[in-house]
Amino acid sequence: MTAPALQLQDVACTFIDRHNPAARYTAVAGVSLTVGAGEFVSVVGPTGCGKSTLLNVGAGLLQPSTGSVTVFGQPLDGINRRAGYMFQAESLMPWRTALQNVMAGLEFRGTPPAEARALAGDWLRRVGLGAFGDRYPHQMSGGMRKRASLAQTLVLDPDIILMDEPFSALDIQTRQLMENELLDLWQSKKKAVLFITHDLDEAIAMSDRVVVLSAGPASHPIGDFTVDLPRPRDVAEVRTTPGFIALHQAIWAVLRDEVLKGYQQQLQVKAGA
Amino acid sequence: MTLLDRLKPRPGNLRLWQVGLLAGIFLVWHVLTTPGLVPPLVFENDQQAAFFFGEPLKVAGRIWRWFVTEGDIYAHLGVTLLETVLAFGIGALTGLAGGLWLALQPMASALLEPYIKALNSMPRIILAPIFAVWFGLGVASKVALGVTLVFFIVFFNVYQGVKEVSPVLLANARMLGASPRQLLRHVYLPSATSWVFSSLHTSVGLAFVGAVVGEYLGSASGVGYLIHQAEGVFDINTVMAGILVLTGFALALDGAVGRIERRLMTWQPRGGETEKL
Repeated sequence: MTAPALQLQDVACTFIDRHNPAARYTAVAGVSLTVGAGEFVSVVGPTGCGKSTLLNVGAGLLQPSTGSVTVFGQPLDGINRRAGYMFQAESLMPWRTALQNVMAGLEFRGTPPAEARALAGDWLRRVGLGAFGDRYPHQMSGGMRKRASLAQTLVLDPDIILMDEPFSALDIQTRQLMENELLDLWQSKKKAVLFITHDLDEAIAMSDRVVVLSAGPASHPIGDFTVDLPRPRDVAEVRTTPGFIALHQAIWAVLRDEVLKGYQQQLQVKAGA
Repeated sequence: MTLLDRLKPRPGNLRLWQVGLLAGIFLVWHVLTTPGLVPPLVFENDQQAAFFFGEPLKVAGRIWRWFVTEGDIYAHLGVTLLETVLAFGIGALTGLAGGLWLALQPMASALLEPYIKALNSMPRIILAPIFAVWFGLGVASKVALGVTLVFFIVFFNVYQGVKEVSPVLLANARMLGASPRQLLRHVYLPSATSWVFSSLHTSVGLAFVGAVVGEYLGSASGVGYLIHQAEGVFDINTVMAGILVLTGFALALDGAVGRIERRLMTWQPRGGETEKL
């Protein structure tokens, strides 16, 4: 049996308040999560439940307080070299053009410039930005910047793709287009994907498996659903199939209480502050 | 469009208005200081205004003689410009290096913080006599004074710029495989450049201040020396001429910095790139 692409075992993350060292906040606790090679796993949960924390742990940007992370069977030490990370916030370097941004990772890894340029140009065309290589990020629309980010991540051909609500800032039409593009790319390459979202529809439409996290603090998985809808899927069309609706109801039944709980906690924090 | 509307300041005739304003200032200056032109308003007799404020025509004549007929200012100007450029270059480079280094060393920056604050709040012009003792009355003491003025401006801006690099950008570059060296070269440095350039405009002026004040306090050449000599014999016209020449060259240097900035900062958004037709 081959080792899973990414495995989190009993991971907990406790943050120390910088202004008040006595105060501690446990974002996630007791999380065990496995993403098989070539598997598309989504994590959903109420706002502020530590979804991004888990992703940062998987990327190696954050050391878990307890627990272990293994990548293809190897314990993770430092940055996860086999993973590509697509951030929720703007992450393109504003002083580089679209092409130079896509080239950045190759450049850092020592690919010869001519080869890097060719590869980056190729990926820009695949995400539909072939004619916009010389644009700076501020000259592109939000959707174009997300496409450039996608190309920037995928040009390195990572074995694991980590995505933190990558499309949440986009309008619904652009979003569905990009979701379908991502599914096409994933289908042809079969990478392991860990996809964070707060949108249950998106999670079901894209994934092989949906993991539900409880409300924070100390949030942990409380549900694990296998999505057995046939592929290839169209994210807009799949939403109306009976299989999708049944899954949506089953997952929402688990998620709803947590969303309410998370919302109540945020209200209390606000009132207490 | 009436004639009045056409004369109103608008983008098309902005240059004309700017030149006109300058001419107006010189005209007022001329009218108020030329003996006998208007009756004395503040002073007891009509010679005093000219004595205290100089006369623009004589100032212009002085500049003309400096640059054309006698041509004796070039050596002095050369010295002042050399001091300014050296102070600016050395101060900006050391400020950049120091700011980068300290921003990336949290422990060292915590340790040195009170000392840097003290050095920055100290009126550093007062170091000029000490530098004169240390480095003599030549170019070196003026450069040293200019460097102390320029260094801190650039240093603090770079320090701030590095501190405010977006954490997402950093995390992204690290995920893309950037080594600490590449992070410095491809993320910290470009991110700090906009801060650096805003500080360079201020520091060009300060490099000039360092050079001229240094010359003024003790030297045998430079425009500051000329001004000091003229002041010794109450030749206010030459003092004014020196001030005008210095202002002109400070503007030119600032313009040069602006040109370099525009070339290097093409990636920065500029407000409104559309043209109104």
